Amino acid sequence: MTAKEIFERVNELCPGAATDLDEGCLDPFFKVDAANLKEACLALRDDGALKFSVLSDLTAVDLPTENVIQIVYHLFSYEPQQQIVIKADVDRDAPRIATVEDVWKVANWFEREVFDLFGVLFEGHSDLRRILLPEDWVGYPLRKDFVEQEEYDGISTEREPLVPENMR
Amino acid sequence: MSEDAAGTGLHTEDMTLNVGPQHPSTHGVLRFVVKTDGEVINEAIPDVGYLHRSIEKIGEKCTWHGYVPYTDRADYLAAMFANQGFCMAAERLGEVEVPPRGEYCRVIACELNRVASHLIAVGTFGQDIGAITPFLHALRERESINDLMEEICGARLTYNYLRIGGVGYDIKPETCARITAFLDHFEPIVDEYNRLLSYNKIFIERLANVAVISKEDALQYNLVGPNLRASGVQWDIRRDIPYSVYPELDFEVPVGRGERGTLGDSYDRYYVRIRELMESCKILRQCLDKMPDGPAVAKVARKFKPPAGETYVRIEAPRGDMGYYVVSDGSEYPYRVRIRTGSFTAMSIIDKISPGIMVADLIALIASLDVDAPEIDR
Repeated sequence: MTAKEIFERVNELCPGAATDLDEGCLDPFFKVDAANLKEACLALRDDGALKFSVLSDLTAVDLPTENVIQIVYHLFSYEPQQQIVIKADVDRDAPRIATVEDVWKVANWFEREVFDLFGVLFEGHSDLRRILLPEDWVGYPLRKDFVEQEEYDGISTEREPLVPENMR
Repeated sequence: MSEDAAGTGLHTEDMTLNVGPQHPSTHGVLRFVVKTDGEVINEAIPDVGYLHRSIEKIGEKCTWHGYVPYTDRADYLAAMFANQGFCMAAERLGEVEVPPRGEYCRVIACELNRVASHLIAVGTFGQDIGAITPFLHALRERESINDLMEEICGARLTYNYLRIGGVGYDIKPETCARITAFLDHFEPIVDEYNRLLSYNKIFIERLANVAVISKEDALQYNLVGPNLRASGVQWDIRRDIPYSVYPELDFEVPVGRGERGTLGDSYDRYYVRIRELMESCKILRQCLDKMPDGPAVAKVARKFKPPAGETYVRIEAPRGDMGYYVVSDGSEYPYRVRIRTGSFTAMSIIDKISPGIMVADLIALIASLDVDAPEIDR
């Protein structure tokens, strides 16, 4: 199926869920309204023609100019072989979105990673803890305006330059 | 807590056991909190992040060319693939075409790297189960590959061989001859591994029917690469979403057959890798035969600025589907680099598979998934 057909099929199954189809770019994508995300994902997974049984990747992109964090889902189907990208925008000041953990189990860890590095809260997630960083880390490093804390547990995060200034 | 476990009327209690982060079977630094009832695991909670080096954030601070050496560190057992994924993403965004000789050089380097990585997987697998000898046999051959790699690109572990637009150095005819000599020597050695490990009764008994992953679970948890194939899904990106020169090459995709037990057990995951060693040798021979003349690298601007856009590139790394999601805003620096790795998702399935297996089998499960700590944490 082409991206357009997938887009239309999703809108048929959950009216109004999919918007802003972009076919012209390298990997065609469309946007999904955050409120309808779960229904749209279930439709994408279970519909006989779509069958997106695999969530290849779930990540986020911080867009401070638009004041949104964009959650990006890369879906894939082995049979028939097809792929699509869906995106959902969340408010950068209070980022919240429904979890898709019960649609694709692998989303559990992907969402924990996005929570860890972007601070997006996934509502209904069974175990939303930091995964890569320590639990007492301050801030969300992959946000564009992240400022590293000066010290962690009494250890400075700055380090001496490897080559002294006057020898460069 | 379980009471009256064996009908004795005695009160029993779960034991919490810490495995790692420094544990010989974790191949890096990983930690598990294991709750056991005697020898049987009730729950194994993976704790990752000990090797997090924020490679994705570094990507936003480096120029496009400057980031390539960093990608090596994403998976140091298969650095060539990490290079290739990022270079392919940059090339796709910047519409750079790699000359044919460059593509062949890439595939030769990558397949050598795949053999090296699988040798580590197979060797450490034996070691984790308790067989030390095969590990030394595997590392001995890997050493020869490291020598070849050194000859190709000057480095033995983190290669930084690929460039956006091709490869850093052409592979010389003498090196090609040495690779052929290595293959002549190596192919019979796979039989040696089979005799030492694959057909060893103790080894089979330890792995057959242990930690079975069904096809449905494999899809739900998005297992990729050899782990997915062992569960019976015949799927290989090299064949199914072809990239580079793989369409011109003839090779098979080994898939789990439940040879010694159930489809998708630890033995299948092990044996798929052994069979892939032979397929990689086959690919290498074809590449060495077919290698065309010409330049090995395209002319790419030093200040590489791909137009704004985004792409998701998938390649078949030794630990499966490695995905690079790269966003460009048209500047000298990538706007966002996301590396999606096979080990990360393989790690998340341990939670699901471990209840009910023995503590010793947990080690077999980790080894059979071939998880690699740097690749999980990035």
